[in-house]
Order: sequence, then structure tokens, then C-alpha cells
Amino acid sequence: MEYVIIIISAIFVSNVVLTQFLGICPFLGVSQKMSTAIGMSAAVIFVLTLATLVTYIVYYALLAPLHLQYLQTIAFILIIASLVQMVEIIIKKISQSLYQALGIYLPLITTNCAVLGVALLVIIKNYNLGESLVYAVSIGIGFGLALIIMAGLRERLEFSNLPKAFQGTPIALILAGILSLAFMGFTGII
Amino acid sequence: MNQWQNFSKGILKENPVLVLVLGMCPALATTSSAINGLGMGLASTFVLALSNVIISAVRKMVPNIIRIPIFIVIIATFVTIVDMVMHAFVPDLYNALGIFIPLIVVNCMVLGRAEAFASKNDILSSLIDGLGIGIGFTLTLTVLGSIREILGAGSIFGYKFIAPTADGILVFILAPGAFLTLGILMALNNLYKNKTSKTTKNS
Repeated sequence: MEYVIIIISAIFVSNVVLTQFLGICPFLGVSQKMSTAIGMSAAVIFVLTLATLVTYIVYYALLAPLHLQYLQTIAFILIIASLVQMVEIIIKKISQSLYQALGIYLPLITTNCAVLGVALLVIIKNYNLGESLVYAVSIGIGFGLALIIMAGLRERLEFSNLPKAFQGTPIALILAGILSLAFMGFTGII
Repeated sequence: MNQWQNFSKGILKENPVLVLVLGMCPALATTSSAINGLGMGLASTFVLALSNVIISAVRKMVPNIIRIPIFIVIIATFVTIVDMVMHAFVPDLYNALGIFIPLIVVNCMVLGRAEAFASKNDILSSLIDGLGIGIGFTLTLTVLGSIREILGAGSIFGYKFIAPTADGILVFILAPGAFLTLGILMALNNLYKNKTSKTTKNS
């Protein structure tokens, strides 16, 4: 039951992009086409889960026993950066087709604040390992959901006649605002 | 380019949020009130200016191939300093900004300046560049925070100017208000830019 609450709240109620403002850069940057949005979502779910697993273990097995908690920001960002690099190398060796689908998004993920954000949040929220992994996957799905909805809307927006000042990022932000307003409707369900 | 132009470009012409579209996460998340926006802006400015100085100082020693991890470690060091100092001296602001203080480390604005400017220029120019961009960021966040606080809570920097029992338009403090306000602010900036470029063309 706890897992269900974590899943629903991470995907809908406090959606990572639309209410917590994590990962806005890729949300605005790669939401122009549906195909890139799907590729980015898959890459984020994968890296987010892996990064949360590794940082969780490092925090509780290494930093906490040695009382080095204040190093967590530096340690986590280095882990995430090297993890992304490693995943890129492994995928390139194992599957060329997967590399072509995900490869170009991987370097961008290092600076996606959702990854570091989730790694820090599971420590703050005192989740155990199982809860952390469920939370990470759900956040990834929530990110993908927002990104894919946004990509669908922006593909339509291409054909509409906008005032010149609103073209590009401003209208994308307004659109995100309206989407966020719609997601506020989920607030009551938990 | 003289140092004054180097400093002032960050405020309007290359404003990190409105023009370069960098550092969007903190710009949206921490501007629910003017004071939060100002605090986040100053914390980022500190990290930006000092990491620019150190990166510029070590730029000739750093091998090109591993420069990004080194830059990240330098930035993360200053972020940790800011995190501890704010925790000790301004606990209220620290709690309000929460997770977004450690997240300065992945703010693409900071790494972007390190890569694009500090790794190629001398220490003084890098410091001035960092301060200029940082102040541009702080101003934008403060303006954004003020607009949202005035509309959403009917107050400015915590001083309430509507009846104490009255509410503002709450949505502007909540998440959707951040997106809407920043979108409109950006459109206004575009409008201003289009107007000025037209007049310079005509004259």
C-alpha cells in the first residue's frame, strides 16, 4: 500500500516537472518532437533508477558510517557523472541500435537536476532501499508523462499563428503553466 | 570589449534566464516570494563568481579531456560552502529554498559560464563576467518573485499591503503561476528586443 501511495504521488500529485520544477531544461529543450521525447524519457527512467541505487548505497555504506554527510553533494554529482559516462560506453558496446536511440540524450542527463534531486530527496525523506527504487522509477515515469504530453501539444502548436514575441520558449512556458494547472486537479486524491 | 560591457551584458543583453534560457529550475521553483528569489540569486552569484575565478586560475593546468569533472568538483565545493553557511546563518531561507541549494551544482548557467568564458579568459574578466551574469540572474529572480508575491499574496518582501484577512490570487504562488509569469516576462523581453532592433534599423 505504501508503494502505491509513493507511485501515485510521484507520478501525478507532485509531478516532478510540473509541480517540483526539476528537469525543466530537458522538458523545454527536447519536447519539440514526439520521437525525441520518448527517447529522452526512456533514458531518464533508466539513469534515474541506476543513479538512485548507487548513490543510496554509497550514502549509507560509505558516507554515513564515516560521518562525511557534508560531502554528499560532491560525491553524488561525481557518481552521477561517471555513471552516465559508463552507461554510455556499455550501451555503445552492447547494442548499437539502443545507442542510437538513447546515446545522444545520455550526456545531457548529467545536468538534469531531476537525477541529483531524486538522489538527495530519498535521503531527506528517509526512504529504505525498496521505497527509494520505487520512488525513482515513478519520478522517471512522471517526467516521461509530462514530456510526452508536452511534445504532443507542441507538435500541434507548430501550426498555430502566434504573436511574434510569444514564439518559442515563452509559449512553451505558458503551455506548461496550463498543464500544471490541470495536474493540480490531482491534489486531493491522496 | 571593455570590462564594463563585460559586466553589464549579463543584465539584459545576455540575461541568463530571459535570453539564454539557463537556470530555469531555480528560476521557477524558488520565486514564490521576492525574498526567496533574492536569496537564491545571491547564493548562485557567489558560486558563479568564485568558481569562475578558480577555474580561470587553473585553466592552464587542467588537461582538456578531464576538464568537465574538474569544473564540477570546483563548483560543488563552493555549493557545499554556500549550503553550510546558509544553514548556519539564515535557517529560514535555507528551509524555504530546500533542495535547490545543493542543486546549484547542476545549474547549467554555472557550468555554462565555466566552459564558455572562464576556461578561456583571465582571472579578472572571469570574476567580472561571473558577477555580471549572477546579478542579471538575481535581478530576474527578484522581479519574478516580486510579481508573484504581489499578485499571489498581496505583499512585497513580506510587507502585506492588502487587508490582513484577504487572500491574493493564490495560483501565482503555486506551481502554475511560476510558469505563466516567467512565460509572460520572457515574451515582454522579446517584445522590447524586437522594438529596439527595429528602431536601430530605421535610424
